Amino acid sequence: MNWIFNPWPWYVSGPIIAFIMFLLLMLGKNFGMSSNLRTICTICGAGKNVSFFKFDWKTQKWNLVIVIGTVIGGFIGSYFLTNNPAVQISPETISNLKTLGFNSAGKGYLPTELFDNSVFLNGKNLLLIALGGFLVGFGARYAGGCTSGHAISGLSNLQVPSLIAVIGFFAGGLVMVHFIFPLIF
Amino acid sequence: MKKTIIYLFIGIAFGITMFKSEASSWFRIYEMFTFQSFHMYGIIGSALLSGIILVQIIKQKQLKSFYNQEIDFCPKEKSVLRYLIGGIIFGLGWGLAGACPGPMFTLVGAGFLPILVVIAFALLGTYVYGLLKNKLPH
Repeated sequence: MNWIFNPWPWYVSGPIIAFIMFLLLMLGKNFGMSSNLRTICTICGAGKNVSFFKFDWKTQKWNLVIVIGTVIGGFIGSYFLTNNPAVQISPETISNLKTLGFNSAGKGYLPTELFDNSVFLNGKNLLLIALGGFLVGFGARYAGGCTSGHAISGLSNLQVPSLIAVIGFFAGGLVMVHFIFPLIF
Repeated sequence: MKKTIIYLFIGIAFGITMFKSEASSWFRIYEMFTFQSFHMYGIIGSALLSGIILVQIIKQKQLKSFYNQEIDFCPKEKSVLRYLIGGIIFGLGWGLAGACPGPMFTLVGAGFLPILVVIAFALLGTYVYGLLKNKLPH
């Protein structure tokens, strides 16, 4: 049973994700996490001024329940199923990150430089994670889906639009990490 | 009520998998974009391969849903621009915040408070898209 406390290998995790997508299809739903962001905007009253948010959010209640489950799953995974949260990224990645100033590379689950509570006192890094979130929210809705909706659901169904979106995801990520990171970190 | 519990369990399984696979780790996303490890490609690749097989099984065997209805794959409307531009913007954010929407919620449960800032701004980004939708090329 020790394996469960270690990081799960890709060949276990990937098929589980696909099986979750399959279960949702069999329940008559579609796997997609970012649409919850739209639903939450609607619940907050965004539909009053913007027609994009005018829809019956109750039809998406099932997906919000999945979000609640995901939060609980993150809690269980982190507090009960993990002994050592340090992510064993490759040594080259660690040395790359150290040059960029991420001294926490190889020592934790997330970089303390961006996700420790001390970031609330670091205006620049706080602004950067906020910007990252903004781009994810804006881009996911513009592209009509995120990693779950396009890279998993859409590509599993061999959809060309999803392939274009996933190419975009990677192009954006590569530009950020290779060209923008050296300027901002 | 029964349905709610099913969705809750699916969410819990998803959250545990997102955390334990390290797909919710900013470090893994960075490493993926530097091509220095196979890990993330393995996760996405094996999910995709299993997904293609499962979707083909549904189609070939003409499986009905658990409620005996046609399975709706919600095909995406045809276009290039919205997927490419939207995708690139999403990718920039994915690289920077190191989390896409699923992992964002996972990390809330894992106790990282600053991820709430990321989620709040992801909501704002979604709202701004809704505001500008009709002015953007699609």
